[in-house]
This record gives sequence, C-alpha cells and structure tokens, in this order.
Amino acid sequence: MKALPIVVAVLIGILTAVGGYTFIYAKGYSYALNDPAICANCHIMENHYAAWLKSSHHTVAVCNDCHTPPGFIAKYATKGLNGFNHSLAFTTGRFPEPLRITERNFKVTEKACRKCHHDIVEAIETRSGKKGDDLSCIRCHSTVGHLE
Amino acid sequence: MTRKLLLVVLVTAVVTVGLVALLVNIFERKQEARNPFYRVVELTDDIEDPAVWGKNFPQQYDGYKRTVDQVRTRYGGSEAVPRTPTQVDPRSVVAQSRLEDDPRLKTLWAGYAFSKDFREERGHAYMLDDQTFTERQQVTKQPGTCMNCHGSVYVPFKKLGNGDIIKGFEQMNQMPYFEARKLVSHPVTCIDCHDSQTMALRVTRPGFIEGIRAFKASQGIQNYDVNAQATRQEMRAYVCGQCHVEYYFKGPEKRLTYPWSKGLKADEILQYYEENPHSDWTHADTGTGVLKAQHPEFEMWNQGIHARSGVACADCHMPYMRVGALKISDHHVRSPLLNINNACQTCHKWADTELKARVETIQTRVYGLRNRAMDAVVALIGDIKDARAKGMADAQLAEARKLQRYSQFMLDFVEAENSTGFHAPQEAERLLAESIDYARQGQLALRGVKVPGIQPLPAHTPVK
Repeated sequence: MKALPIVVAVLIGILTAVGGYTFIYAKGYSYALNDPAICANCHIMENHYAAWLKSSHHTVAVCNDCHTPPGFIAKYATKGLNGFNHSLAFTTGRFPEPLRITERNFKVTEKACRKCHHDIVEAIETRSGKKGDDLSCIRCHSTVGHLE
Repeated sequence: MTRKLLLVVLVTAVVTVGLVALLVNIFERKQEARNPFYRVVELTDDIEDPAVWGKNFPQQYDGYKRTVDQVRTRYGGSEAVPRTPTQVDPRSVVAQSRLEDDPRLKTLWAGYAFSKDFREERGHAYMLDDQTFTERQQVTKQPGTCMNCHGSVYVPFKKLGNGDIIKGFEQMNQMPYFEARKLVSHPVTCIDCHDSQTMALRVTRPGFIEGIRAFKASQGIQNYDVNAQATRQEMRAYVCGQCHVEYYFKGPEKRLTYPWSKGLKADEILQYYEENPHSDWTHADTGTGVLKAQHPEFEMWNQGIHARSGVACADCHMPYMRVGALKISDHHVRSPLLNINNACQTCHKWADTELKARVETIQTRVYGLRNRAMDAVVALIGDIKDARAKGMADAQLAEARKLQRYSQFMLDFVEAENSTGFHAPQEAERLLAESIDYARQGQLALRGVKVPGIQPLPAHTPVK
C-alpha cells in the first residue's frame, strides 16, 4: 500500500500552504524588520505609533531602540518573545486596558534610556538593586517616546 | 495502517482548523482597522431625536443611553428608590432624598422650594423628567428658563426665534414652565453639543455664550466668540459648562445669566451679586436676602489642578475608549470613580485601588469640613432667628445678615458642587474655612462685638 506517503505528502502540502498564506497575509515577516510602521500592523498599536510620530524622540529613536536590548541575539529573542505574547493577546483579546508595560520590558526600556543619556544621568543614578527603589527615567519623562 | 492513516488525518485536521481560525481572526482584525463608518441617515440641523443620530453613531448612542444607570460612589451618585406613581408624578423610581439624609439643609434653605424636595441628581437620561415632576413645581411657579438645561432646547429655540436661537431663548425664558415644557421632547441630546454636519463640538446655550464672553472680558479679551475662538480641547469642557454652572434669572425677562463678569470664584460671584443686587429668596428664619448656589462644577473645576493642566471635563467623565479599532469618547457620562481604568490611568499610572483611595482621601476631608461648616451656618441662622424674636432691630441685624449671606453661599458652593471638593480640593477647603469664619463673625456681631467682616480675595501676584 503506497497510499499513506501520498496522503501524508498532500496533507503536509495543504498545511504548509494554509500556514504560509496566513503568515504572508498577516505580514508575519515584517516583524523581523525595524520600521516603526510595521509595529502598528496590529491596529492596537496605532495610537502609540501616532503618539511616537509627534514625540520628541521620533527623529532619534525607533520602537526597537527603546523596546529591545542591544545585541543581535538579545534583540531578536526579545522581539520573538514579545511578538508571540502580543499576537496571542491580540488574537484572544485577553489583555488589560489601558495597556501596561511588563516588568521585563520596563527594564529593557529603562536600560535603553541610559544607552544614550548615560553620561548625563550617571551622577544621579541609584543602584540599590531593590525592586522599585532605583531611579526610573520614564516615571517622570513618560512623554518622550509616546504618551499613550 | 488504517489507524495510522486516520491519526495523520485527525492531527492535520486539528492543525488546519487552528490555522484557518487564526487566518479568519487576522482577517477580522484587519477589517476592524478599516474604521468603517456607515452613513445610513442624512443628519440635518433640525433633527433632535438622538435615535436618528444613533443610526450613524451606534457606539456613541449606546453609551448615551446608559446614563439611565443609577450607581453610587462613596459620596455621590444616585440610588434607585422605588415610589408609588401618582397622578402628578408618574415616576416609579427616584433618587434618595438629600433633605432626609441631612435635615440641616431644610434650615439652610428655609422659605425656598429646595427645602420641600431635593434629591440626589440622576444621570442625563432623567434630567427632563426629574425637573418636570419634582415637588418644587407644586410649591412655586417656575419659568421656561429652567428648560435651558433640563431639555434639548436647540431646535425649539430655533423654531421659536425663526432661526435665531437668541430670540428663541428670550421668548422661552418668559414662558411659564409648563408652556415651555410642551415645546421640548428630549433630555440633552446629540445636537446640543455637536454640529450635525461635522460632528465638531459647539456651544448652543446663549447663557454660556454670554457668560463666557463676560468672563473673558474681565480677563482683557473683548468680544469673545466661543464657537469661533475656543480650541477643540477647551470645547471638551465648554460644552459641559453650558449647564454645570452657577446661574440666576435676571430681571423680569427671566434671562438666564451666568454671574461671571467679575470672575469664576465664589467670592467674585458674590461680588457680582452685590454690584447687580440679587437674592434668590428671603430666608424664612432670618429675613436675610440669600443665594442658592446651583451646581458650579465648571467654576470649581476651573480653580483646580486638572483645569490648570488642560484636562477637560470629557477627559475624565467621557474618556476615550477602544471599540474594535475605533477610538471613541465614552458617551456614558458618569463619575470617573466608576471607570478609573480609562478615566484616570491614562495619565496616572497607578493601581485603581490607589487612585480611588487618593480621591476618597480628598473627599473625606472635604466632607468632614462641609459638615462643620453646615453646623456653623445653621448655628448662625439659629442665633439671628432668636435675636429677631427678641426684637433686635434690622439695623443691628445687618452685619450678621450679610455674614450669613456670604457664609451660606460659600458653604452651598461646595455642597451643591458635584465632586465633594475633588474638582479643586484646596479651593473647596478655603471656601468652607471662610464660611466657618463668617458664621463665627456673624454670631459675634449679634453680641455687639466689632468684627472685620467680609475680606477681599487674597491678592495673588505671580513671581516674574
């Protein structure tokens, strides 16, 4: 009986086609890119994108500059993790509003501020190591990236 | 073999279902993002029925209809109290009586219709009915002016004035209430705040147009035209300020007037009433010409930090919300305490329990002081009443009466204002403190002690 390999091959073909079509239709590939416009692929990010366009940082930083850590592997690991979590949340609709940053992403962003502004803020840095004790840039400068 | 085959088919089927479901979900989200707007009716400047507007704007209309909700907060909000409908008052549900909650209010308003019936305000949906059927209607004759803020009068104004809303306004003010009532069919509706063609906010109430012009003139801006000169963000407060304000009926024409030409603070409004002599009624116990503060939310908000920071009424009472991919203003106008997520957390990134605690801390302090001020004013009223009974002459009562007028208005300004001080906490507490001081001075004046009397507003010179 030679039917099985053929059936399996057909099924795999169908799966690949449906999966591939979904991926392309959803512009899944674009998430590997750097253009802020693609972060608003999901309409939930439209307000953040619009706010970023009007922010003081839009000429010097794109989404990835503040929301991913430096280094190829760290950057794509973070993109992958957030991409999965966001897609899952957006698909299921299970997320709180207004949107709140996660602990992990908060740390990434706090570090990102210091990538450029390290020289200026070094003198006022606190390094207690205790959660919530260290000085936070965006607690006061919440509007520099995007208010919303 | 067959089993293996079946298993492969089954697994593939399950995975395919998952993939197709995802594909459809993505398709739906992409459709949402197109922000569909279907114009199913052609709106004109003469359509006042909100249900017709709601065909084009179903989300906003849905929220608007929810203002029937009766929900309490710690210090505000209404409770649904059942009542037996009667011939004159067919309501089967009303809000709790404030006079029963706090009988001191009856002393405060002795001789005025408010001492007969005063209930907690309900949502916008009830504004017309609650005004039509209140017992106050039975003890006094109210003018058509009341309709300005208890019904959708824009189209009726236009009809009465042959297209001129100011003329229509002047005519309706002079009608008896129940004659004007026949011309009005809805509580506040879409057309009262929105232009039918552009949906832009606009002011339709002559009282506000004239009041804000007088206020701006006091700031050195002449001939202010609110509909031409206000920014979009200012309009998000001004449309509410059309009604949530202190007002009186000026002269025999009963012209609805906002007493703002001296400024928006309670003291400045009192000064206005000195220069344009007016009393709402003569107090039954003391014979004093007194004033009832109405619901000066707009004035109080103007003294607070949120106004100072450019936060408008709609930002907290009608915050933006997401419906699919649409961002709309929540037309379910209500206390921000019932919607802390959208109302507060957009700016204040703290847990809602924390934010609620902050608001209630302010309100508890203000409410405590309000009770002390109420005792003080009621004590002064009692003393003046006694002095009159013992035959004290009007000339000797004059100073105490003036102090009653001031202390009572300042207390009422906070009491009638629907935020228990939150709109401007320090201003509310200042007013209550001064109210207590004036009540104290009034009692001393009756005993023949020379008192400093009414103090001017402390001058504030900004640091240059």
